[in-house]
Amino acid sequence: MDTIVGQQSLLEVRGCRQAYHKEANSDLVVLDDVNLTLREGEMVALLGRSGSGKSTLLRIVAGLLTPTAGEVLWRDRPVHGPAEGVAMVFQSFALFPWLTVQENVELGLEARGVSRSERESRAEAAIDLIGLGGFESAYPKELSGGMRQRVGLARALVVHPDLLLMDEPFSALDVLTAENLRTDLIDLWSEGRLPVRSVLMVTHNIEEAVLMCDRILVFSSNPGRVANELRVPFSHPRNRLDPAFRQLVDDIYGLMTRRPKQSVRAVTSPATLEVPLQRVGTNQMAGLMEALAGPPYNGRADLPALAAALQYEVDELLPLGETLQLLHFAVLEEGDITLAEDGRRFVAADTDDRKRLFATALTAYVPLARMVRQVLDERWNHRASAVRFRDELEDHMSPEYAEDTLRTLIGWGRYAELFSYDEEAEQFSLEDIG
Amino acid sequence: MSATLHPALAEGRRLPNAWDAAAILCVFAALIGIAHEAPSTFERIDAPQALTVSLDPVHLPDYALRTTMRMFAALVASLLFTFSYATAAAKSRRAALILVPILDILQSVPILGFLSFTVVFFMSLFPGRVLGLELASIFAIFTSQAWNMAFSLYQSLKTVPADLKEAADSFHLTAWQRYWRLEVPFGIPGLVWNTMMSMSGGWFFVVASEAVSVGDNTWKLPGIGSYVALALEQRDIRAVCYAIVAMLAVILAYDQLLFRPLVAWSAKFRFETTAGATAEDPWLLRLMRRTRLMSWLADGVGDTVSAVGGLPLALRAYRGTPSQHSSRLFDAIWFVLLVAVLIWAVMKILGFVSADLGLGDLGQAVGLGLLTLVRVAVLMVLASLIWVPIGVWIGLRPIWARRAQPLAQFLAAFPANLLFPPVVLFIVYFSLNADIWLTPLMVLGTQWYILFNVIAGAAAFPGDLREAASNFRIGGWLWWRKVMIPGILPYYVTGAITASGGSWNAAIVAEVASWGDTKLTAHGLGAYIAAATDHGDMTRVVLGVVVMSGFVLLFNRLLWRPLYAYSERHLKLG
Repeated sequence: MDTIVGQQSLLEVRGCRQAYHKEANSDLVVLDDVNLTLREGEMVALLGRSGSGKSTLLRIVAGLLTPTAGEVLWRDRPVHGPAEGVAMVFQSFALFPWLTVQENVELGLEARGVSRSERESRAEAAIDLIGLGGFESAYPKELSGGMRQRVGLARALVVHPDLLLMDEPFSALDVLTAENLRTDLIDLWSEGRLPVRSVLMVTHNIEEAVLMCDRILVFSSNPGRVANELRVPFSHPRNRLDPAFRQLVDDIYGLMTRRPKQSVRAVTSPATLEVPLQRVGTNQMAGLMEALAGPPYNGRADLPALAAALQYEVDELLPLGETLQLLHFAVLEEGDITLAEDGRRFVAADTDDRKRLFATALTAYVPLARMVRQVLDERWNHRASAVRFRDELEDHMSPEYAEDTLRTLIGWGRYAELFSYDEEAEQFSLEDIG
Repeated sequence: MSATLHPALAEGRRLPNAWDAAAILCVFAALIGIAHEAPSTFERIDAPQALTVSLDPVHLPDYALRTTMRMFAALVASLLFTFSYATAAAKSRRAALILVPILDILQSVPILGFLSFTVVFFMSLFPGRVLGLELASIFAIFTSQAWNMAFSLYQSLKTVPADLKEAADSFHLTAWQRYWRLEVPFGIPGLVWNTMMSMSGGWFFVVASEAVSVGDNTWKLPGIGSYVALALEQRDIRAVCYAIVAMLAVILAYDQLLFRPLVAWSAKFRFETTAGATAEDPWLLRLMRRTRLMSWLADGVGDTVSAVGGLPLALRAYRGTPSQHSSRLFDAIWFVLLVAVLIWAVMKILGFVSADLGLGDLGQAVGLGLLTLVRVAVLMVLASLIWVPIGVWIGLRPIWARRAQPLAQFLAAFPANLLFPPVVLFIVYFSLNADIWLTPLMVLGTQWYILFNVIAGAAAFPGDLREAASNFRIGGWLWWRKVMIPGILPYYVTGAITASGGSWNAAIVAEVASWGDTKLTAHGLGAYIAAATDHGDMTRVVLGVVVMSGFVLLFNRLLWRPLYAYSERHLKLG
């Protein structure tokens, strides 16, 4: 009986594509050809970097977004709008501040028209299950972050959903609280006390995915695709220090640092504006290069170990490493980062020389930086509006990415003294540039 | 069955107690008061008792009650308007295209100038009845509150956090449930605050609108405003003082009985993730909680409202991506329609005004408008020079700030037109120049907005920045220029916008003042509108009001908006 139920597929995503329509140029693709099958009784992680479209996919599954192409089948029926039997837990908790814990938990039942007495008893059961007993009449703002996310969980569980969706549920919590909540959830899940049939969670934390889930789908970015699918063969409870566990985490690091083919081309032939710049500060870059150059790494480090030592999450460390690679200061390979020749020279240089090295790297490898400087040099008054560049970027990426990319470029260019920027007038210029 | 619904009642814990006696007395007194006053609104205007006002202070409580009830009626109307208008504007993109700019313009129209129109209009609806006059007065108050409140709710509805919206959707809340469970609660703190501020403005209008004269007819609705108007005619300064005292009592009661509890209650809906310092509950709220019967009643009302809001009415809220192509076509049709209506409206106004008036009249109105503009500008500068230093001084001393804040708010609510007579008396006695000395009346009521906003700004100024400033021995003018003024600018601008808007409106009553037969007139657009109203010259009233609206709009667009945007962008702390 169990095995048959276990094989039944709850959810199917077929050829799902999400694109935002652009006026002039081609569509901006966030998700491309994503396929996913979810069976009863499994907990699956969507693992990827921020911007890889995994949260978008979760919202498509929840029926909050309609995909541009492809279809979502929930219990063999196409999904239109929020599906019955699917409940969601939010990264930001999304609790209603004017409702008490009890009222927040009852909300989903109330929407279904469940009678008051049944609502109350079911809400109490969910509140007790998730360890919130005694907090029923508290308002969310009186609770700590961990307690708030427990309310978010209880609110989702009280409707007894077949599928529980979780959007980075622990990433807004501190390390200890997050671990405490994860363990509680896993215990309930493995004891079969969670009133759900399967769980789909989005995360960027590799260890979290390996610790909790039965299956991991690794996403690649730009556009978001399922790059790899891994089975986690361990039984609960899992031990983070188990060598097999560590090996799996290491392997996934390797998968996530392996560049998809078309992006490699973007790095080696930098004549394109298509690659968004990641919001990485120059101080962070310098700090990472200094750390890499010094002992114990002496120029080469294993990413998981480096992340642990620097207390960075993979989501923070990878953009940093990739930006250093973009500027040819370092090389990423199979979960390792190696300081390149330019990087070594940067670490050894003094402040002014560092700026000069950085400016050289910017003009050589970041087409947008080169373009801005070129325009400024050509203009008689050496001024140019930022709007012009933003428009150009928006032909290749979403407005948010364009804004982020431009902000990042402004920070880098100012540091490198490649150009100045007037925030008020939104103008690049060559004032105060030697 | 009932035992499961109200277990507390079954246990006998909610039997009435001594506090209930006091509360019940208050409730019945209010009900009797309303029952006593209501029939008079249906009397005929020529009935002997209907429109006679007596200066005997015995009647003052009665007049105060009637004035208060007008305020209440207007408040109810404003709330109805707010919920329908703001919801329509927020829910329909096409409706917003027209509703939002209309609201924006209505906010800058000096409604006092239209008083004569509205009186004629409402009197024609109920010919010969007092009700027409009452409605005109209520409408004047309504216009001073509704735009502001609707804007506040509209902005809240547009800024509901995305994650809460998603949560509501994913839990299948219907559109109706979503509105009452998410959108309205989110808008409540802003709405309550704006209602309170609008009420402050409302007192000014109720006093001004009770005694109305159009052409040769003068009507006096029984109320504090008419009482003062009569006192002015009869040169009775003692009666004016009585009226001032009565008004103080009324505003105090309104503040304590209605708004303190409301603001405290609305704090629950504030969208914040951390528990802030909570102020002590106002006494009325505590009283309500202590009484058994009253709190049981309040709970009952609350539960009913909540149950109605929770009804799964309407279709399931479904959010799909609307098809782009058909909506573009409709957009185009909608836009063409709007432009057509706009052109028609402009033609209509031009036709109406140009029938009797020429370019010369326009020039005259604009010239007078410039005079009033100079007045408003000078007053803003003077009021700022006086109140910014005082406000900063108070705001930096927490104990003082806590005391002064409610006081300044209270002064802002006090209808300044009640304070005109003493000033007029002063001018007449010393035979001073009306053009100069009538001017301060325009900011008499509105300067307090600057004061209490500056106090709030200075009180919120971060302690570490102050410490840094004194650590680097920054003092004197440099301290004002680089430390304090940038720090309080967003607050100051908020206050100054309200104050300058109010001053324009006040110009209509402040540029003309009378004491018995003596009439003082300053040169300005306000006096122009007032004189046109007196002569029943509707075309000149329209011209004056349109020109004044134009001035207010330009003043806001060219000065306050950019300043506000600048301070929001650069100087917002935290």
